[in-house]
Formats: sequence, structure tokens, C-alpha cells
Amino acid sequence: MLYRETGQFKSTYSADMGIFPLRQDRNALFVLLAFAFIGVPLLAHFHVWPFGSEYLLRAILLPFLILSMAAIGVNILIGYCGQISLGSGAFMAIGAYMAYKFGTGMPEIGLPPLPVLVSILLGGVCSALVGILFGIPSLRIKGLYLAVATLAAQFFFDWVFLRVAWFTNYAPSGSVSAPELNVFGWVVNEPLERYLLCLTFVTVFALIAKNLVRGNIGRQWMAIRDMDIAAELMGIRPFFAKLSAFAVSSFIVGVAGALWAFVYLGAWEPLAFSIDRSLQLLFMVIIGGLGSILGSFLGAGFILIVPIMLNLVPSELGVPLSTETISHLEFIIFGSLICFLLIKEPHGFARLVTLMKEKLRLWPFPY
Amino acid sequence: MRKLLGTAVIVGLGLGTAAPAFAQGEQFIPVLSYRTGAYAVNGVPFANGTLDYLALLNERDGGINGVKIAWEECETGYATDKGVECYERLKGKGTTGAAYVSPLSTGITFALTEKAPGDKIPLLTLGYGRSESRNGAVFPWNFIAMGSYWTGADVAIQHVAKEMGGFDKLKGKKISLVYHDSPYGKEPIPALEAFAKKYDFTFKGIPVTHPGVEQKSQWLSIRQDRPDYVLLWGWGVMNGTSIKEAAAVAYPRDKMIGIWWSGAEPDVTPAGDGAKGYKALMLQHGPGQFGVHAEIKKNVLDKGKGHAKDDFGQVLYNRGLINSFIGTEAIRTAQAKFGKQPMTGEQVRWGFENLNITEARIKEAGFEGMMKPLKLSCTDHQGADLARVQQWDGKEWKVISDWYTADRSVLDPLVAEQSAKYAAEKKITPVDCSKAG
Repeated sequence: MLYRETGQFKSTYSADMGIFPLRQDRNALFVLLAFAFIGVPLLAHFHVWPFGSEYLLRAILLPFLILSMAAIGVNILIGYCGQISLGSGAFMAIGAYMAYKFGTGMPEIGLPPLPVLVSILLGGVCSALVGILFGIPSLRIKGLYLAVATLAAQFFFDWVFLRVAWFTNYAPSGSVSAPELNVFGWVVNEPLERYLLCLTFVTVFALIAKNLVRGNIGRQWMAIRDMDIAAELMGIRPFFAKLSAFAVSSFIVGVAGALWAFVYLGAWEPLAFSIDRSLQLLFMVIIGGLGSILGSFLGAGFILIVPIMLNLVPSELGVPLSTETISHLEFIIFGSLICFLLIKEPHGFARLVTLMKEKLRLWPFPY
Repeated sequence: MRKLLGTAVIVGLGLGTAAPAFAQGEQFIPVLSYRTGAYAVNGVPFANGTLDYLALLNERDGGINGVKIAWEECETGYATDKGVECYERLKGKGTTGAAYVSPLSTGITFALTEKAPGDKIPLLTLGYGRSESRNGAVFPWNFIAMGSYWTGADVAIQHVAKEMGGFDKLKGKKISLVYHDSPYGKEPIPALEAFAKKYDFTFKGIPVTHPGVEQKSQWLSIRQDRPDYVLLWGWGVMNGTSIKEAAAVAYPRDKMIGIWWSGAEPDVTPAGDGAKGYKALMLQHGPGQFGVHAEIKKNVLDKGKGHAKDDFGQVLYNRGLINSFIGTEAIRTAQAKFGKQPMTGEQVRWGFENLNITEARIKEAGFEGMMKPLKLSCTDHQGADLARVQQWDGKEWKVISDWYTADRSVLDPLVAEQSAKYAAEKKITPVDCSKAG
């Protein structure tokens, strides 16, 4: 009744091709964005539970936003273009370390320390370049074989950042710490400021990604994903389509990596971007929904927040369990949840949302 | 679906209405620990010791000067991002927030070093963490009490020299370091390189990737290389694996010296007889039961409120006790200045900086035989340079050396250089220690 397109007439082509053709969807998005940009800071300011605590902002929302962004990047490559990649952690690491190098300057080539925002974006650019390089094998190999080729990127860059001291500015311990987060004179330090910075990044990148996948290039990616030979016969250049997917995906993942290092961790070592991170991102897009921007957010939320919640519940309820029992329970419940979800809905959360919308349109008179 | 929703609502309500678990006027101490994963064998005894000493203070004395201690454990799994999450979860709890945090991971220490100054929570890193954080002028919130990896490296080299019959005998010798490929394992490298230059021996670092169960190629290269000594900087399952692999390639175990984190019972027992003769540094203390153990047995364990099992009196359990002892002594010191109430992180920081654990106090607390007096100051956040060497005889650890004091003439310039670099990178103006109160 509430969710129906009846009476919404489109009189222009551009209205017909909008991201959200339904008014209700548009309104929901505006409400969500308003809540994220204005509501959360206000609630945090007035210390309304649970937004008053730094914990929610710093330990849940911040990683959620950054990993959502990384998941969008991975989803472009795997979900839209169908190129399986296990090297996402490495691309995050490249973004983080190159942003660090740009942010602290490279005296060897006479480059002064760059502003932090520029460094983060340049970190993404470096990641995109490497992504293109490691995407070249995708022109010849497919599927699981490609996954193994991208796995090489993961291990190679783990090794590079551990061994090549230049990337860590010759830090004896191999751990580096982010420079001051100074965005055009605004020093980002408070959890709320960090949250807003990441939120801005995520909103902008999600919007760009959404428009890319709706446009010409996104259709090329999907054509390649669905049947690359047919796509080629229709005049799509696999070379361009595949490598552009690698570039865009690595760029977004790289920027997310730089944010993860600069804004969330503050100091990091290569272990922060290990193979575990790649697998985590892969699970996010599979659980959230392959080929869906919304799915990236849902998947990131599920993979990141549910374990923390499971871990928090016993102590908040005052159940006396030892920490090892809690962490083992967390693994058991979380693992079973994944199995249950994938059996019930193999296409992920995004498919559930689509189904719900379709049912809502017919509600309360289904036929 | 409806059921699911119902459960979610109940859980949500539960989260919302759960009464604050901490009564008024309690001193909160977060305990970051790991009882699962590849490092659990070492994480469990340390956590047990940490908790049992806090429980002892509550049970026997009613807290610190009458201020009850509250604590909560959080499982980090030795992972940096989970450690950060735990820190954020626990830092604001209790009446005055976290008194101090002991991350028990060099990686987490690096991440928290960036956060602690903003949150005003001191970090107690007992014998681990950033070696240059000894310089309290640049690292006001880090307290690397009792020893750093650089002092450890120094003592190890001193012991090697002693066994060889003098520092001049080191010339032309080969010393290798098998290390956990993380900030933890890499910390001693600059110090060892400085010593290699000073005493003219060849130093070689051999990294082992996390978690360290695969070391075949590393020990094969040692077998080809035949270094005169192998230093071991491992943690968790890596230690046991190293000793087993050394036995497999027949590298003499008595030419191996582990850091104090590679010298506990869980490190040698998996290797069985192969571990016989293996040596390790002691962070002052070794295994054994002392005065404080009797008190814990009487007041905590016999009442069924403790955590210790077989690990009672083991090396890492004892280190957990010392960790809590130093932390609570800092709170006690702060209370002497600010009054007998829960201390804020800032006040505890003052307590750490003015900490003076005397011989008499150590005896009174039952730690006699476990540690030497410790005095921290603004310029020296480490306070001690002492260590001994112990050897595993197949059944137990035997102390085989006298006390060594690290040679600060080599280490202090390193501390100054690295902390100045950090200060420049972070635009920190070092505190003027002559004015610090």
C-alpha cells in the first residue's frame, strides 16, 4: 500500500533513468543519509544511547563504513565483472602504504609530504595501477585459476611490505603510524570527525560506483561476467572491460585500505592486510549479494558486526562465561548463521531485500 | 522471521537495560587477553596471573586502599584490529574509565600508542612494545617497565660473550636471529645490528611468518650456515616449533637463547627431550612459587575464585602477577597523591611516572625473589635493565647466570634517535622532564 509506484508518472527520460525510480526509495535514501550525516552527530552530541559512547562510533561504525567501501570495490570486480579475486587485502595494503609514503614524503625523488587527502587518493591510484598489472592474467585465465593468480598478489605484497624497508620509512619494527589527519586545515581527531570523514568518502564512492555499474561500462562488465565470448561478439572489448574493472575495483579498495590504516588503526603492520582480510571481503560480497552495491553494505555489516554483537551479548546480559567460551560460541553461532543463510538464500542479503520489495508492492493483495 | 525479530528485540532490550555492572567507586582495569588461537598457549597463563593478583587484592585487602577493583576480560586473539575493538569497548568502563591497559602484543601496542594520548590512558607494556618508548618525554603514556627488546638483545649478547670467554672473542663469529615476522620480532634488529658493528660479528636475521608452524626452510638455512649462536624471538606455537626444528637439524640447543617471551613451559614441553639444554632470558623472574603464591592459594584459589590451574607458578603466570603488581602499585602511588578514590587514567599516569617499588615493598607484597626494585621517572619509563639466563634441563628451568645489566651506552643513543624520529614524524614537542612533577 505504502510502497507502490502507482501514480508516479515519469515525463522525462532522465527521470525514468534515475538511480531510484521510485519516490519511496528516494525518500528512504534521503532519510538514511540525513540520519547518518545529521542525526548521528546530533545524537552523539547529546549523548543519546547508544550513540553517546565512543565505542559505537570508533569500534563499530568506523570499521563498518571503511569495510563497506572495500566491499563495494570487491563487488565491482567479483560481483559485476565476474573476475574472482583473492588479492583484495593486498590492494588495501598498497593503498595504505603508498598513502603513507605520499603523506610522509619521498625525499629520494624530491617529493615533499603531501596533504593527507591527496595521499589517500594517490594511494588508491597506485593500487589501481597494480590492480591493472595483476588483472592482465584475467585476459587469459578464468574462474578459480584467476583466483590463484590474484592470490599471488596477496602473498607478494605481504612479502614486499615486510621486507622492503623503504615502504615503512626504515622503521626498525616494520610498523608504521599514520601522519596527522589534516584535511584542508581541519584536523580530524575526534571519533565523530573520523566518522564523518569516512561517511563522506563512502557516500561519494558508493554513488560513483552505483552510477558506474548502471552506465555503459557497468553493462560491459556484466556482459563479460555473464558470457565473455558473447560479449566479445557483440563488440565489447574484454581487454578494456576486464582491466577497467580491475582498475576501478582496486582504486576503491586501495582508498578503503588507506582509510583503514589512517583513520581506524592509526598504526599498522602488514598483518593488518593479510589473506584473512581478503577472505573477509570475499565473504562480505558473497553474503551481502554479488552484483549489488546495497549488498556490499549489508554483507559488511553482517560479517563485521554480528561477531562483535555475539561477543558482547553474554557480558551485557550478565551471563558468566569465560572469554574463551564466548569466542568459541561466537565462531559456532556465526558459522551456523552463514550456513543457514546461504542455504535459505544463496543470493545473499541483497536478494532478500529485492524479494521483500516485490512482496511489498503486492501487499496486502497478493496474487 | 517473527521469532527472529522477537529475539532481536529481547536482545536489544537486554543491551539497553543491562544494569551498569560496576558499583560506585570502583577502580576499573581492562584485561586484554587471548585464550584462543595460535598464541593461546602463552596467553592463557599470563591472563590467569593478571586476574588472580587482582582477585587477591580484592579478596584479601578489599581492593587498593579500600577501593575495590573491577575488571573485564576481552579476547583479542593477538589480532591488532580486535585489540583495538577491545580497547574501545573497555576504555570508558568503571567509575573513572580504564586505569591502564596492557595490550600483551607489540602490534596492538603500536596501534594503541596512537590512541592512548587522546584518551589519557597509560599503557603498561611489561617487557615488550616500542623499545624507544623508554623515553618518557616523547612517549608520556607508554610504560615499558622492566625491560625492552633492546635490553634483551644486549643481555643475550653479553651472555654469548661470557660463554665464549670475552667480548673480543665475538669477532668474526656468526649470530643469527630467528624471529616472528611482526613488529615484535623485528624490534631487536637495530640493537643487534649496532652490537654486530661494535663487536664485529656477523648478524643474520631469519624471519618466520605468522603463526610460525612452518619453519623447515629457516632451519635448513641455519644448518647450512652453522651460526655460532641462534637467538630466538618467537611467541606462541612458533617457539615449540623452533626448538623441534632445531632438534631435527641437530643444531645444539644450548647454543640457542630465547627472549623472555620464548622461555616458558609451554615453549619447551612440546619439544620433549629435544628441548633439553635450551636457554632463555628471564625478565628478572623465573618460575616457582613465592610469598604471593601462598596468599593467592589461601585467599583466591581455595575459595574457588581463581583462574590458575597447572600454570600456577609457571613463568608466564608469574609474569601476569608482576604485571598486575606494577599496575596496581602505580594506582597506589597515585592514590597517595590524589586521595583514596578511583583514579583517572591521567592520575595513574602520574602514579606510573613516580613509581618507586622498593625492596621493602617487594618483600611485603610477597614478590621477593621474583623482581628487583623498580623506579620509573619521566626520563626513564623502563626503570630496570636487569635480566638473567635460565636453561631447561628437560624437567624444569634452572637459573644458570648471575644478574646482567644492559649496556646503556649503546642503547640510549638508539632510544634517543628513534624517539626523536617519532617525535618529528608526529610533530610532538617532548615534555620537559625537569619540570614534570
